[in-house]
Amino acid sequence: MDLTLSPQEQAFRDELREWLEKNNPGQEPSGEQDMFKFRREWQKTLHDAGYAGLSWPKEYGGRGATLIEQAIFNEEMARQKAPGLANVLGLVMGGPVVIAHGTPEQKERFLTPILSAEEIWCQGFSEPESGSDLASLKTRAVKSNGGWNITGQKVWTTYAHEAKWCMLVARTDPDAPKHKGLTYFLMDMEQEGVQVRPLVQITGESEFNEIFMEDAYVPDENVVGEPGQGWNVAITTLMNERAGLAFGSAVAVKLALGDLMDLVRERGLEEDPIIRQRVGQLYIEAETLRLNAYRGLTSQMKHGIPGPEGSLPKWQWSDINQALTELAMDIRGPEAPTVDERWTYRFLRARANSIEGGTTEILKNIIAERVLGLPRMR
Amino acid sequence: MNFDFTDDQQAIKRTAHDFLADRLKPDKRRELAEAGSYDDGFWNEIAELGWPGIFIEEDHGGQGLGAVELVILQEELGYALAPTPFFSNAAAGFLIQQAGSDEQKERWLPGIASGEARGTVGVVSNGEAVLVPDADSAAVIVLVDGESASAVEAGSAEVESRDTIDSTRRFSRVSANGGGEQLGGDVQAGLDRAEIALAAELVGISQWALETAVAYAKERKQFDRPIGAYQAVAHRCAQMMLETEGARSAVYYAGWTADNEPDTTPLAASMAKAYAADAGWRVTASSLQVHGGIGFTWEHDLHFFLKRARTDGHLLGSARSHRDRVAELAGLSRAAATA
Ligand SMILES: Cc1cc2nc3c(=O)[nH]c(=O)nc-3n(C[C@H](O)[C@H](O)[C@H](O)COP(=O)(O)OP(=O)(O)OC[C@H]3O[C@@H](n4cnc5c(N)ncnc54)[C@H](O)[C@@H]3O)c2cc1C
Repeated sequence: MDLTLSPQEQAFRDELREWLEKNNPGQEPSGEQDMFKFRREWQKTLHDAGYAGLSWPKEYGGRGATLIEQAIFNEEMARQKAPGLANVLGLVMGGPVVIAHGTPEQKERFLTPILSAEEIWCQGFSEPESGSDLASLKTRAVKSNGGWNITGQKVWTTYAHEAKWCMLVARTDPDAPKHKGLTYFLMDMEQEGVQVRPLVQITGESEFNEIFMEDAYVPDENVVGEPGQGWNVAITTLMNERAGLAFGSAVAVKLALGDLMDLVRERGLEEDPIIRQRVGQLYIEAETLRLNAYRGLTSQMKHGIPGPEGSLPKWQWSDINQALTELAMDIRGPEAPTVDERWTYRFLRARANSIEGGTTEILKNIIAERVLGLPRMR
Repeated sequence: MNFDFTDDQQAIKRTAHDFLADRLKPDKRRELAEAGSYDDGFWNEIAELGWPGIFIEEDHGGQGLGAVELVILQEELGYALAPTPFFSNAAAGFLIQQAGSDEQKERWLPGIASGEARGTVGVVSNGEAVLVPDADSAAVIVLVDGESASAVEAGSAEVESRDTIDSTRRFSRVSANGGGEQLGGDVQAGLDRAEIALAAELVGISQWALETAVAYAKERKQFDRPIGAYQAVAHRCAQMMLETEGARSAVYYAGWTADNEPDTTPLAASMAKAYAADAGWRVTASSLQVHGGIGFTWEHDLHFFLKRARTDGHLLGSARSHRDRVAELAGLSRAAATA
């Protein structure tokens, strides 16, 4: 066991730290569109400096870095309060899926513009009648000259309004068993058959959308994996999503905890025994989450792709982040419901944590069935 | 960066696991637990394997390995719920190694390392240590009182045996009436290492309780289905796994800091002890629930684990006191508030 950084890892961190100190653009502008534009430019800056898609192979514009270096990057970005990146879904899911299942041509075509944020990606999995039971989805894809015609509806699609490409799972064989009749497409969002309508979230912003598809066209070369293999590719996507969420979020939680302790001190509550118990507990859980994530990383480096145990940190994170923001509200006392810059948004946004990327109930099912080997349930 | 054991450490873990599975079959463990006694033959065997001195400096008769290796043994001893004075002896070893003078180390550590003259540790409040493991068979008792500690030789302390819910470990009340010899070094560093050792035992206990519940949930049928197919049961098992793994991460990390980054050990030790104490209790209690009526019988082994977990939670500081210390060390300083 060795939890120190190797000289090489240390050198990487020092260099990155220095680069960030010079190039961090600081505070994000308010307003959804301005913020997205800002994040897009920031991602481009990172890419130009060789800091996007760190663990992707060099030939596709990555750095060929280890997962540890990727983790160091996440920690440093959070530590220096650097803004988020625009193309999260492309970076966390789209790229890794193309790397794992894509053809050489697809790698050539899609990977670099993900890194530079030239082309934003979204994930078209959920449908109005298929959320947790993803494999029941109904969007249809029908074969037609050199490609597929797609008709159906997706929902809760984050960044669909900004996206050029959609990771879309559709049913290509209605007669096959439900997991077997699916195919994974990369759908061009910029076409007539695709309509995007924003949905307003409880925070008032519109990160996610509905997508309506009517005879939208996807050429054969944009199918990932074989037709009928869409479920496997979708699972790779979800495992990467959960592992990615777990890691990025472990660091974010730690920062939020720092803000929480500032709040405790501002209110002069350092000696309140109940507050001390709750903060102490959150600190322990946040650190445990980070340590679990590191243990997961070591195991992923030994065994390749992230496995079902990646569901643990995603679940743990949502619990902690919700508890943390609730505690902040409690500490703010009678004025807690008044809108404030630091906490209101986080508090409300945290409610989605136990739903997005798989609900906590579904994650528990996965752990029970796939990790503990308990009998299948419905 | 590698958050996993080295090959040597894996080998220690495997050997310990297999040895304990072979020597401490459930019947044997039950026999000892019901008699409230230890087995000298078993102790001699683990002493021969060098376990008691695994982390003790070679100059004092130990193997010169670290807290991580001790954590590995403690986890396996917890999993086997071994009735032995191993933990108490190790706790004393840590205190004397961290806080004793050269002369004190030379006097006591070799006996602790060889297992021939064991030690133990008690936490004093209001002049006595109310719950001290294995004081009745220890050659030296380290009594920690606030930030100071003294070592008392057997015979100079009043030792009165006590009945506890945990019959796999022997307990006494100890008072030294101000006697003993001061340990002048870093008492807290010794205590923190003992806390980590105890937390490691709780990880092993949780692992056993989890595995046992999962196995039962696969096999026991009600309403024509294995009970593990019911979400209320399955999700409970998932929760047990979450807490067991969390405790494991916190404990391995704490053990690692003790060997490599001692400045962070106070925080890491309290995190590990608080998390593992809560997990140990909740996981064993959950396991009992999954077992239904059979889980509440004397005949099932689970209650020995549950009682040990609960008792460990109260030794060397409760989860509550460790959480408070975490808050303090993480930045909610009492001193800063009153200054
Ligand atoms: C902020 C946010 C962003 C999102 N972004 C995207 C995106 O970019 N792309 C995308 O495809 N999707 C996205 N989603 C959708 C998300 O993946 C789904 O909301 C989620 O999978 C749950 O599906 P559902 O909303 O249909 O709820 P349902 O599946 O209907 O679930 C409702 C409730 O029933 C429970 N439940 C359902 N089935 C079971 C079961 N078998 N056992 C126990 N309980 C069960 C659930 O846990 C939940 O509590 C996003 C969601 C949110 C909140």
